[in-house]
Amino acid sequence: MLVLLILHLVAALAAPLLVRRWGPRACYPLAVAPAAAFGWAVVRTPAVADGGAVVETYPWIPQLGLDLALRLTTLSWLMTLLIGGIGALVLVYSARYFRPGAIGTARYAGVMVAFAGAMLGLVLADDLLLLYVCWELTTVFSYLLIGHSTERRSSRWAAAQALMVTTLGGLAMLIGFIMLGHHGGTYRWSELAERPLPGGAYLVTAVLLILLGALSKSAVLPFTSWLPVAMAAPTPVSAYLHAAAMVKAGIYLLGLLAPVLAAAGPWRPVVLVAGLVTMLLGGWAALRQTDLKLLLAYGTVSQLGLLAAVVGVGTPDAALAGFGALLAHAMFKAALFLVVGVIDHGAGTRDLRELSGLWRSAPLLAGVTLLAAASMAGLPPLVGFVAKEAVFAAFTDRPLVLAVLVAGGALTVAYSIRFLWGALATRPGVPPTDLGRVAVPMVAPPALLAVVGLVAGPAAGVLDDLLRPYAELFGGVHAHLAIWSGFTPALGLTALAVAGGAVLFALRGPLAPALARLRSPVGPLQGYEWITHRFDRAAVDITSVTQRGSLPQYLGLILIVLAAVPGGALLLIRPWEQRLALWTTPVQPVVLLVISVAAVLAVGARRRLTAMLLVGMTGYGTAMIFVLHGAPDLALTQFLVETVTIAVFVLVLRRLPERFSMRPLRISRWIRRAIGVTVGATVAGLAVAAATARQARTISEEFPHLAVEHGYGRNVVNVTLVDIRAWDTLGELSVLVAAATGVASLVFQQSRTGPRPRRLEPDRQETQAGRPVWLRGGATLHERNRSIVLEVITRLIFHTAVLFSLYLLFSGHNAPGGGFAGGLVASLALTMRYLAGGRYELAEAAPVGAGTILGGGLAIAVGGGALSLLAGGAVLQSAKINLWAPLIGDFYLVTSLFFDVGVYLVVIGLALDVLRSLGAEVDRNIEAAGRADGGLAVERRGGAA
Amino acid sequence: MSTGANLVSFVAIGVLVGCGVTLLLERSLSRVLLGIILIGNGVNLLIIFGGRAGGAPIIGVTEPAAMSDALPQAMVLTAIVITFGFTAFLLAISYRSWYLTGDDEVPDDVEDRQIVRRAAAKQVSTADLGGEGADEDPEQVFPPLDHRSRRDEGPG
Repeated sequence: MLVLLILHLVAALAAPLLVRRWGPRACYPLAVAPAAAFGWAVVRTPAVADGGAVVETYPWIPQLGLDLALRLTTLSWLMTLLIGGIGALVLVYSARYFRPGAIGTARYAGVMVAFAGAMLGLVLADDLLLLYVCWELTTVFSYLLIGHSTERRSSRWAAAQALMVTTLGGLAMLIGFIMLGHHGGTYRWSELAERPLPGGAYLVTAVLLILLGALSKSAVLPFTSWLPVAMAAPTPVSAYLHAAAMVKAGIYLLGLLAPVLAAAGPWRPVVLVAGLVTMLLGGWAALRQTDLKLLLAYGTVSQLGLLAAVVGVGTPDAALAGFGALLAHAMFKAALFLVVGVIDHGAGTRDLRELSGLWRSAPLLAGVTLLAAASMAGLPPLVGFVAKEAVFAAFTDRPLVLAVLVAGGALTVAYSIRFLWGALATRPGVPPTDLGRVAVPMVAPPALLAVVGLVAGPAAGVLDDLLRPYAELFGGVHAHLAIWSGFTPALGLTALAVAGGAVLFALRGPLAPALARLRSPVGPLQGYEWITHRFDRAAVDITSVTQRGSLPQYLGLILIVLAAVPGGALLLIRPWEQRLALWTTPVQPVVLLVISVAAVLAVGARRRLTAMLLVGMTGYGTAMIFVLHGAPDLALTQFLVETVTIAVFVLVLRRLPERFSMRPLRISRWIRRAIGVTVGATVAGLAVAAATARQARTISEEFPHLAVEHGYGRNVVNVTLVDIRAWDTLGELSVLVAAATGVASLVFQQSRTGPRPRRLEPDRQETQAGRPVWLRGGATLHERNRSIVLEVITRLIFHTAVLFSLYLLFSGHNAPGGGFAGGLVASLALTMRYLAGGRYELAEAAPVGAGTILGGGLAIAVGGGALSLLAGGAVLQSAKINLWAPLIGDFYLVTSLFFDVGVYLVVIGLALDVLRSLGAEVDRNIEAAGRADGGLAVERRGGAA
Repeated sequence: MSTGANLVSFVAIGVLVGCGVTLLLERSLSRVLLGIILIGNGVNLLIIFGGRAGGAPIIGVTEPAAMSDALPQAMVLTAIVITFGFTAFLLAISYRSWYLTGDDEVPDDVEDRQIVRRAAAKQVSTADLGGEGADEDPEQVFPPLDHRSRRDEGPG
């Protein structure tokens, strides 16, 4: 069985290639896949004829207890025959239905075969979850097939509607399955059926949810609407999905579960009422249609209602009759759809008011149509008659249901005649329709189906034997599928239905006004439209309330929640009742006072530079606090970062307006301040609560010990960064690389990987003087922009700074420093070079791309981490390598040094990217603007530099 | 065991975060950025005061028992450098914004304002544009209902 599924998969994947090569004719070889399924089912007939089953199980997802459990029983045997047989015929038909070169044929062929495979999986699945997976696969494939004409809006809408309705049902069904499986302890239906059912409301809920899925898939009320709309699909799709296969999945599920669940809770009333009402309304609606395909669609709805009621009711006789009817329906309805396709293909219309005289111009097609329609109407000796009589016979003990069934049967007869009359009859005043030459592959499939329907009628005894094992699941079967059961009440009712139908059709003239007025209670579009429109409106309303588009509003809301929820919780703990020391060292309050004052002043500052410097002051103050707290590494890093930040900020400030724009709204300013005060108080409270909340011992008590034993370093913070919490640091490096790339992307208009700036006019005089001078800012910078003092200082300390940064890097494992601090010092050195010498100087100072440094750094960090794998450790675990060198003697190397080198490079890369973007590239823009006489200034509206 | 926690530091944390929040709610990106830096400083102090104070956590310099807590320090060190990357990124956005609009103010989101207008006009936002009109479809099975075709007359 698995082989068959794989065959479908392979065929589906190969289909687009084949179609590209051979055009629609590629459907012939593709038909082999479903044909193989058909052939396999035929071969396996003896195995299921006596009620046995063919079982295959393959492990799939053991964690979920989900196996590929496949099981062929009578029911799935019948479905496999239909899916395989009709699938192959429809594919053969498609080979000529689609014109060579038509758009989308490749997709159609692939999806159609995949659909057949999913359908096969659905009926073979024994595991309910596997069944659900296949169920949703058919939904998705049907979406693609219904939406075949992607350029048509109606087609897209129809596809989306089918998807929405059936997926909704499918999800409900999944919940029902899970409820059943959870209770029974297994999802294997063959095992679940043996276990005791849950009771009460639990069972009722599960049954209702499963019915929701089954009935929506089979387009039973109230989910009918998607099926007629789905007629936007190409006719082969309708023939397969909407007659033979997909809509039958719901009926199949009813049949599969009915032996166990039919007596449970609401199952029987729901299935009977929904099914019978659907049957009547669908039949009534079919009488009104002028489009032959729609007529068939409503006929299908009607028949699906009948099948749901008969299969779902769960008595032995009805089960036998129900699946007889399912078989008959699949054959005649698929044949009729294919006939409509032939007419549409040849005549260019399916409107029965425009067709005329086909019975004479296409006699063979007319014969096929007649056979199939007679089977639909239930005339002897066709299989439709056998099924209909058996259905009536199965319900003789329920007079009310029987009456509805007979009425439905009369409607069926009426629309069958209407279809024949509409498709074939000669209409006065309408020119005779000419189909041209009809290709054999388009006539043969419907003809074959019609003939099988003819043969199966007299041979109903065989069918009876084969389907009996299924019906016996419900108990002793009294009924028979037979062409002649004697003069029974059922035979009389069949005759009554035929007569009633004929009368209905004959009275179509007088009935026309009633037909026009009595529409189905809910039209195909209105219900679905109404609901989706409500949803759209609700979505817009909710979005417009929650998403006003204002950043301060969003942030304000988030912050208010922060103040309200954790702040509210604080009110309960009352952290302010803690007894706290005022300060630990006398210097602390002084520094903190400076920080606080600077922060408050920064809020009120009008000039950007002032605000920045005040904020920088809080940063330096924070560094001081770190020193007092006993955190030299932090203090060092904070000092360096603050300095680099100020430098970078000033680079951007060159371009931004000097002052912040004034906002006239006083109220919003006070609101902002109120939020600020509230959130500030909340965070202060949280800080008190957090600092005094410790009850357990901190894990970091182990860190000094771990640092020496496993990290081979004495600086605990550094070892924490490169070893104990190295994954954290690795994530941080990635963030830095992303930020650097983002900065460059935002500022560079073209690629940043292009040639780096070179000096425009190499200054030859100085080199000729025989004394190379570095830092030649004078050659490229305007006299006004030069700072001799800065140049001299830079000349003096650049090399020292770079050396110092290397020292910090290498000593960081045992003393304050490390990759971050070292990288920041090197960045500062580069910043000075740039400030003193301009952008060409920067390019000379670092003649490598920033991207190269970033990538190299990340690679070294990761590679260094992976190095410990060689030493037999985990990734990023430190290893100690003992070495010897002359003059130095024994020394050792810790692999985490490579990680720190990576950190060092990434930090430099980030700084370099920032300098190149916000420094050099902005310089270039300024120069370009100056050269083009404010060309840039013209670009920006109302810009003020 | 001294946690290093004391009243003055908590007040300072509150002031830093409060000022930061006030700036964060401004429209000017520079102010937003400064606000984020202030909040960052405040939160870094919060984290660091979560561990005890003491001597530098370097073996050989301080006895392990007298060391300050190394774990929050490592976290804050990461945070400081990340803040720097973030600052650079926001500055680049500020510059970009200035380059495009002449200022670094954050305007309201245009799409969102459009949705607000649609809600006021009782329209829906999903417009299935493209394709042909209802009448031009030869295989049209159900002509779309009235309000749907009205909906499709969206911009475009």
